[in-house]
Amino acid sequence: MKILVCISKVPDTTTKISFIDNDTKFNEDKVQFIVNPYDEWYALVRALEITEKQGGTVTIINVGPADNDQIIRKALAIGANDAVRIDGNSNESFYVATQIAEYAKTQGYNIVMTGKETIDYNGAEVGGMIAELMGVPYISHASTLDVEGGKATLKRSIEGGYETVEVTGTFVVSCQKGMAEARIPNMRGIMAARTKPLTVVAPVNAAQLTSVKTFTLPPAKAAVKMVSPDNMTELVNLLHTEAKVI
Amino acid sequence: MSVLIYADTINGKVKKSSLEAIHYGSKVASLLGTNAVALVVNSSDNLAELGKYGATKVLKITNDKLNSFDPQLLTAAIAQAANSAGAKVVVFAHDSTGKSLASRLSARSKAGLVSGATSLPNLDGGNFTVRKNVFSGKAYADVNILTDEKIISLMPNSFPVVATDATAEVADFSADLSGINSTLVVKEVNRASASGVAPLPEAELVVSAGRGMKGPENWGMIEDLAKVLGATTACSRPVADIGWRPHHEHVGQTGIAIRPNLYIAIGISGAIQHLAGVNQSKVIVVINKDPEAPFFKAADYGVVGDAFEVVPKLIEAFKTLKANN
Repeated sequence: MKILVCISKVPDTTTKISFIDNDTKFNEDKVQFIVNPYDEWYALVRALEITEKQGGTVTIINVGPADNDQIIRKALAIGANDAVRIDGNSNESFYVATQIAEYAKTQGYNIVMTGKETIDYNGAEVGGMIAELMGVPYISHASTLDVEGGKATLKRSIEGGYETVEVTGTFVVSCQKGMAEARIPNMRGIMAARTKPLTVVAPVNAAQLTSVKTFTLPPAKAAVKMVSPDNMTELVNLLHTEAKVI
Repeated sequence: MSVLIYADTINGKVKKSSLEAIHYGSKVASLLGTNAVALVVNSSDNLAELGKYGATKVLKITNDKLNSFDPQLLTAAIAQAANSAGAKVVVFAHDSTGKSLASRLSARSKAGLVSGATSLPNLDGGNFTVRKNVFSGKAYADVNILTDEKIISLMPNSFPVVATDATAEVADFSADLSGINSTLVVKEVNRASASGVAPLPEAELVVSAGRGMKGPENWGMIEDLAKVLGATTACSRPVADIGWRPHHEHVGQTGIAIRPNLYIAIGISGAIQHLAGVNQSKVIVVINKDPEAPFFKAADYGVVGDAFEVVPKLIEAFKTLKANN
């Protein structure tokens, strides 16, 4: 079993968001970067569980500049045999997906895993793009993944429920809650991560399909209007006549 | 030239989020001076009615290979339909099917994608700029699509439908899926079907509760409140994790992100991870006995009080309003 886990570098959940260069660029100053939580908690940990049980290897892949090595080492500390960094410098989904798909095609992976989306651009795009570029099935928003005898069974979230699907051969899966429990790296893992192989690969060309023109922060929220717990009629009237939502 | 909208169905009926996408697609078509064409697969519905939402034409695919959801096959079918309709823009709803299809189609057609769009395109200066939420709702990005063909997936509940009396012309479309060997098999579809209640991502009114309810046996009043309003119930992460409520009700960063018109949060403190899933709600009401609960900062209306006293009063007040209207 050969599994490729795609990780993205994102600002920590609690980061205060601001922009620079006329609101065209995310302000990275003093920002703490982490491995995208869905990639780490669900995709990576489930990949490790599967290979721990039935053998195989887990490779981590990231697309980005040398700065990203820090979060790649962090992911390696949780587990995984080795890592690949495609030395590109674009956040665009199609660019990232092209790099990963082109690399994955040459390596014979059984499963390519991503998180359900990144917490910065929230696109939920890269997994589907990789699958299309590789010409393989894509199961999005999976909350379970079990592999047995060359067949994988997955539960995929749909509106108000789930779907159970089976797939044979190589596939791409985007992972969400339910897949696995987050693991905290131990000292041995952190030490071992320093010497695990991290291969740097040159990027391939990919057309630019979109560009962000500007970022905007939402207008400040008006102060909350407090209503007495004894006067629910007033709350209902406000919702009806002022907010007009009921 | 046209704007093609993929209209997804549940049990043959077009989903609400797809009706929004059709209406949105028809507005995009007017901006571009062209027509909106809806694409529907394996539906026995009266598809001429999609004209109500702005489609001038409906392409109808009937194909057994598309009976269950296989994004690989369906993307190929949509690409063929887009080609045949001369579509410059393809629109999806940003839901569980649209997320799989839009990304695949984007890679297949090398067409720029804005996923989770919340606005019509702005065509100023020859651009095609569409707004979407980023950083889990903490900012917006205006994204310019640079390619000739464009793909948009529309965030549910961000573009209300307006129905007219128009009808659409319905034409059969045959997709050739012979060249694709998909290994995906859907074994089971399990959808909780609370009758008449919208599934969470589509719901306009949501009543949500958290650990403040003290136990699953106390959810009766939450369900009663939802029933009076015709709202969908949701819950916070800890509540789903302990098993008080099913996982598909969990809203927040690791659960579902929603943007209803009204979100009533009862006994939920409002951690940043919860807010990430609900901060796009148009109006937020927070009921919590702790006046320091962080959720009040994100709320439009707040009530400091014990849920067990406040909620029954709120139910009565809603009932009175309903009786008077």
